[in-house]
Amino acid sequence: MKKIGVAGYGSTRFSKNDIPIEELLLESTKQVFQTTPNLSQDLIDGVLVSTNDNSKYLSAILSELTGIKPKISHTIEHLCSSGTNAVISAFSYIASGLADVILVTGGDVIGNPGQVLEWDKSRGQFNHPIYWGSMFTKAHKRKFSTTEEELAIVSAKNHRQAIDNPNSYSHEPYTISQIMNSKIITDDLRILDCSYPCSGSASILLASEDILKKFTDTPVWISGIGQKTNSASFTKNDLTTLSSTVSASNDAYSMSNTNPNEIDVAEIHDAFSVCELMAVEDLGLTKKIRASEFVRNLFNTENRKINPRGGLIGAGHPLGATGISQIIEITQQLQNNAQKRQITNAHKGLVHNMSAAATSSTVLILES
Amino acid sequence: MNKFENELKVGNFVISQCTTCNQVVWPASDFCNICHNNTIWRNANNIGKIIEFSKKNNDYFGLVEVEKNLRIMGKIIGNKIPKAEQKVELKNCSYNKTPEFIFEIISN
Repeated sequence: MKKIGVAGYGSTRFSKNDIPIEELLLESTKQVFQTTPNLSQDLIDGVLVSTNDNSKYLSAILSELTGIKPKISHTIEHLCSSGTNAVISAFSYIASGLADVILVTGGDVIGNPGQVLEWDKSRGQFNHPIYWGSMFTKAHKRKFSTTEEELAIVSAKNHRQAIDNPNSYSHEPYTISQIMNSKIITDDLRILDCSYPCSGSASILLASEDILKKFTDTPVWISGIGQKTNSASFTKNDLTTLSSTVSASNDAYSMSNTNPNEIDVAEIHDAFSVCELMAVEDLGLTKKIRASEFVRNLFNTENRKINPRGGLIGAGHPLGATGISQIIEITQQLQNNAQKRQITNAHKGLVHNMSAAATSSTVLILES
Repeated sequence: MNKFENELKVGNFVISQCTTCNQVVWPASDFCNICHNNTIWRNANNIGKIIEFSKKNNDYFGLVEVEKNLRIMGKIIGNKIPKAEQKVELKNCSYNKTPEFIFEIISN
């Protein structure tokens, strides 16, 4: 198979502002053109847009706004993991030979309709994500004796790390105590345990090995891909294991011939604090039932290995942009270009993006 | 709107079961997602057990298993604090934009 890598990227700031989706998508795409050497419209074979927005024909609109006349263009929606799933599609087009260079731009506007899966009637009237977040959290507390403080450490770490991410929604250094005393959402969730929907957009340019060197001297390759969908209904989930994540990560590790202990840096889908604890175990980044201790140690030593850009909790969660923003962060880390957020000697990174209470997960492995 | 939703509107909780492989199909559907044959509709059990629960404001809610492989979210009421594995009985169901289920605790 052809080697395929990241040739360029761009991102807007994530915010609470109500900005038209077309404007958001254009803003992050503009940055790709402004920062990628030797890039011109005629070199782009495909334009994919990942979003949950109800607006139509967005890839054609973005193409017209940027002067691209692509051979392939369409929208990809997969709730919160729309971004990484669009990247898998772009990868596949390039691997198949249908395209050499594809622009993937993701974005969503605060209040977008992707936050509630109305089809899932098994959630009854409790269809907002806070309810599955509460079920996961309560089950984790019961099975692993997880404490409120251990959950708050996830949020404190990710908010602290988001301060050094210029595009993040939050730049507040919340203490563990502030998080534990923040507004009660349910008996098992505080407001600062939750990621925030917001407006934002992120773009990456993917290219095959032959052409990538035209755009960058520091290529970052996508070496592993795993995607697993178990169901659409939340109520079929195991409450203490992200089984779609386990499956997706096994496939991604196998494809890239990587062992979890080789991962230097990871972007994890912390929709709620408990999700980070579950994911670091299910991705094999720490041993089962050791997640709280693992994350506490990261927090105490100011080690940014997990969610250096601040995760969804700190950076914000504009659904269609999130997975792409995660890939940009890992790319910057592997290019030694993440500034204050930089992990030393990062060579292999992982992106974990999931949808609808982990009914579906995507895992990517990136290498420099 | 399918039969599941129409029946909820008149207070009946019905589910679908495959006429060929006998599996309960959930979410309820006319079509079996195991063997791709037709299903019949029948009333669901009205006794279930709490898998997990939490509380928002003064109301308990949780995930309740009413049959094997059939779990739904609903309100949990009663004079006791809910516990996992506790038996509950379906007291009321309806449909108002979303399904609504109310379960009452019937065991310690």
